[in-house]
Amino acid sequence: MTPKVLDIWVYLSATPLLGLTITLLVYQAAYWIYQRANFNPLLNPVALAVATLVLLLTLTGTPYQTYFDGAQFVHFLLGPATVALAIPLYAQLDKLKSLLLPLLAALLAGALTAIVSAVGIAWLLGASRTTLISLAPKSVTTPIAMGITEKMGGLPSLTAVLVVATGIIGAVTAKYVLDFLRVRDHGVRGFAVGVAAHGIGTARAFQVSEEAGAFAGLAMGLNGLATALLFPLLIWLFGRD
Amino acid sequence: MLGAITLLLVYQLVGEVIALAFKLPVPGPVIGMLLLFLTLLARGSVADGLRNTANGLLSHLSLLFVPAGTGVMVHLGRVAGEWLPIAAALIGSTVLTIAVTALVMRALMSRKERA
Repeated sequence: MTPKVLDIWVYLSATPLLGLTITLLVYQAAYWIYQRANFNPLLNPVALAVATLVLLLTLTGTPYQTYFDGAQFVHFLLGPATVALAIPLYAQLDKLKSLLLPLLAALLAGALTAIVSAVGIAWLLGASRTTLISLAPKSVTTPIAMGITEKMGGLPSLTAVLVVATGIIGAVTAKYVLDFLRVRDHGVRGFAVGVAAHGIGTARAFQVSEEAGAFAGLAMGLNGLATALLFPLLIWLFGRD
Repeated sequence: MLGAITLLLVYQLVGEVIALAFKLPVPGPVIGMLLLFLTLLARGSVADGLRNTANGLLSHLSLLFVPAGTGVMVHLGRVAGEWLPIAAALIGSTVLTIAVTALVMRALMSRKERA
């Protein structure tokens, strides 16, 4: 780099503008590819965007904290977006009432499976205690999962990464798992993805159909609540520190 | 739109305050979501502005996870050291959760239809 370009870089890399702009640019490029590929689940836009950003930050030697100073404005919106889930939830009120029992039973089964199987598998394969705690709330949306991990003495930032990875895995695999099980109802498909893979699964479900998306949003909200309420169970699983 | 965003933030803030004041294990935004849901139930309708803003925010939901996901670069050491338990737990548990949730819901729905 010539000195002048270097000066501009030094200035820009110190402002939040760059981290914010690069997040939006990279995500939209990733989404464009995803759209071009007819929403093929294997080209998940979050996975593409994260991989590109990690590569860019590593190549430019930019610390994550510097990047996050800008990207936090996007991250912040997770809170209001969680509150906004009340609206699709309310829109499905009639269905919600008529399917109350199947929904609640599926929610409870799914929420427990998500926690117990993740911790169980990792424990069997010898993961550390910190990793186990950080894994436990992986199926719920980031602000909720981070809150839970923090209170239990895990690493909230590691949980955030595991939550995003879970969302990507859910969005990528759901179609194949549900096709294999011959689950065709869009309400059921959406709800299953929402319980297992929170917002990223929900975003994927909205791309498949409105009904799947609404049920996924509902599942995501309910599982956030259920997992937060199952919190005492987690403490019992790990014992208090 | 400004009104709707303000409304969402106010509900989140009230949720955070309630969670802190009563030391609830439930995070603030979830309480905010519940309160907004109850408000909508009581009102019986959703204002157009609120619906549009919420839909706009939720249609880009996956973007909001990108900054947190990029944090993987900070944890590369731990993830590399424990890659097998982490990968197996994430993939195994996610696939299991999708399957269990879908099968339980479908089983109870068809029983209901049969009744």
